[in-house]
Amino acid sequence: MKNRVDITLNVNGGNYQLEIEPHRTLVEVLRDTLGFTGTKKSCNEGECGACTVIMDGKPVASCLVLALDAQGKKILTIEGLAQGEELHPIQVAFVRKGGIQCGFCTPGMIMSAKALLDKNPNPTTGEVRKAIAGNLCRCTGYQQIVDSIMSAAEEMRK
Amino acid sequence: MFIRRLPTFEYHSPASVEEALTLLKTYGNKARVIAGGTDLLLAMKKRAVTPGHLVNVKNLKALKGISYSDKKGLKIGALVTCAELEESPLIREKAPALWDAASVMASPQVKTLATIGGNICSAVPSADTAPPLIAMGAEAVLTGPKGERTMPVEKLFKGPAESKVARNELLTYIQIPKQPQNSAAAYLKLMRRAALDLALVGVAAYVCLDADRKTCKDIRIALGAVAPTPIRASMAEQLLAGKELTESLAAEAAKVAGTICSPITDVRASLGYRCDMVEVLTRRAVMEALGRIKR
Repeated sequence: MKNRVDITLNVNGGNYQLEIEPHRTLVEVLRDTLGFTGTKKSCNEGECGACTVIMDGKPVASCLVLALDAQGKKILTIEGLAQGEELHPIQVAFVRKGGIQCGFCTPGMIMSAKALLDKNPNPTTGEVRKAIAGNLCRCTGYQQIVDSIMSAAEEMRK
Repeated sequence: MFIRRLPTFEYHSPASVEEALTLLKTYGNKARVIAGGTDLLLAMKKRAVTPGHLVNVKNLKALKGISYSDKKGLKIGALVTCAELEESPLIREKAPALWDAASVMASPQVKTLATIGGNICSAVPSADTAPPLIAMGAEAVLTGPKGERTMPVEKLFKGPAESKVARNELLTYIQIPKQPQNSAAAYLKLMRRAALDLALVGVAAYVCLDADRKTCKDIRIALGAVAPTPIRASMAEQLLAGKELTESLAAEAAKVAGTICSPITDVRASLGYRCDMVEVLTRRAVMEALGRIKR
């Protein structure tokens, strides 16, 4: 017995009319239905941060958000940062400062960073570490990620 | 452990408390309330609970908002998120121990979703908002088919993950009474990581001094994660009540607190370590609360 609901999701500035089952989470709909595979489904329990997207300006674990509950909100994923071919300053900084190794944690990290910098454009390294405390990285040891975010913050303040 | 997709369910989004209560009555044991979902959806993914019906309370205005009045104190809607608690200047000023808890809970991307109501109703023994609320003498207002009833937060816990909030009731808001002059509270959480760890031990201490600002007029020490529910360390409190509060007396009381808890040994820590840490954190929390009065 399939019980489907009509919803409209606003993702990266575009409106998408969808027919989904209530039990689908936002990360599943973003990836499998809408093709925004930048957001990763990793632990699926809200503990690793790889599924982090920005919803109405705040970072959320999209594996713990029902797609139904994301209606009426503005969702921003990693795909929504670059303007055409031009990368967002945070993305540029991650590339330049070695914040990316395997790249799996990167979309989540960058979304957490964006949520921080939108609220606090001049963070201390302590505040950066607190902002990414919910994002795991197996490769970098975090230092280059902190450097990338601090560098992005400096660029964005210009 | 591989986490599966959610089981299927029917989703209801009532527009009013009455509608929500009617839904809870209609579906009885097959329904669960969902707010942030950070606890419930995970339990469902693990198949620990598989409600056929979810009653979404996020649209209920009566459960939202933070306000303060000198007469009634702080009123915190059940839907207030942990992120909102952390960012609220009112909470920081009027209930810093609760702010302490919000600042050490989960992670930014979970705190945006997780609610204070959910933290209390999920009734996990390590719930971080519980010890500070208990220490500050907070009460919970519950709305059910017969109307509103008020319960001290301390009395809301039955056992691990067992709340005394009835299936047909909604936790509507938390009320923290206006805190007296010369009083302060603090919450300390022992964690293995900087975020996303349950408390190994959580201690909240509330200290109220006499007009002389030396003698302890009132004291409440609440412990989390070291018993089936959050508990009061009454024996430790008795050692301090009516006496001049010094560090050595706090240390004695802390020693007693370490003996009255009943933690378990699990993947996070052993029973013995937890009891030792109750002693350490109790002394620190009492001294921190004292320091906050003096500032």
